Amino acid sequence: MSSGDDVDIQSHIKVYMMVFASLAVLTIVTVSASYLDLTSGEAIFLALVIASIKGSLVACFFMHLISEKALITWVLMLTAGFFFILMFLPMASFIDQAQIG
Amino acid sequence: MEIPYIVDERPDTGIYNAKLGIWLFLASEVMLFGGLFSSYVFLRLGAPVGAFHEWGQELNIPLATLNTLILISSSMTMVMSWVSLKMNDFKKFKLYMALTLLCALCFLVIKYLEYSAKIHHHIYPSTNTFYAIYFTLTGLHGLHIIGGMVVLFYLWVPGSNMWKIKPEQFTNRIEIVGLYWHFVDLVWIFLFPILYLL
Repeated sequence: MSSGDDVDIQSHIKVYMMVFASLAVLTIVTVSASYLDLTSGEAIFLALVIASIKGSLVACFFMHLISEKALITWVLMLTAGFFFILMFLPMASFIDQAQIG
Repeated sequence: MEIPYIVDERPDTGIYNAKLGIWLFLASEVMLFGGLFSSYVFLRLGAPVGAFHEWGQELNIPLATLNTLILISSSMTMVMSWVSLKMNDFKKFKLYMALTLLCALCFLVIKYLEYSAKIHHHIYPSTNTFYAIYFTLTGLHGLHIIGGMVVLFYLWVPGSNMWKIKPEQFTNRIEIVGLYWHFVDLVWIFLFPILYLL
């Protein structure tokens, strides 16, 4: 391994350490936020925003998505599209029921 | 005959085949858990207002928080085991893999304690819709942890002989199992707030 590779890996390790620390802090923030006096909607929004940030950190840095090839990105974008359709289905059902009722 | 593109990148995809394979598998896993997350939304919207939050009060938040921190730590040790191989440090690889397995074991022990407490208090999947989806989601996630541990253990002990003869292929194997392991961590990152905190 060349010294250039070594420096590159050392910088990667620093990034991993920072991501790990951020994930730990955000976990504590999530738990602390759950004790705030928020409405149900606000609590759900805040918890999902923090979870999304944590998930993005894991995907981008631990799973190297930030530097991954375009093919993988396209596969995941297609998956994300179907995932959101799946999430929308129950909500659409309830909106429909509310209109009928 | 050698299987092609297990180390070298395929010219048309730009990645080695196993990496494309694991990402396609993970995409199918997103849809598997997505279906259950969708069920969670359906059941939550169908329950009386505030019932899901009230039913979830029986869950142990400190233990689940500890489990979240353990799983995050295991992701860190997993990525460090791959980095160790990139730096040709096989001893450190062994150490980080052992730590990853230890974290996974701790996660399962805590999950066992949680399940035991629920059963002791006569709380089962049939108790209400919240516990039905709680046991389904955490049970499926636990099975993924166990599956991952089996592969990690294989690559830690018997499968690690490959390092001596095909180091690049072995490093790729660790990257692949690492991607799976981080995905299992990612799923828990969403399970933790929706089941324990909301």
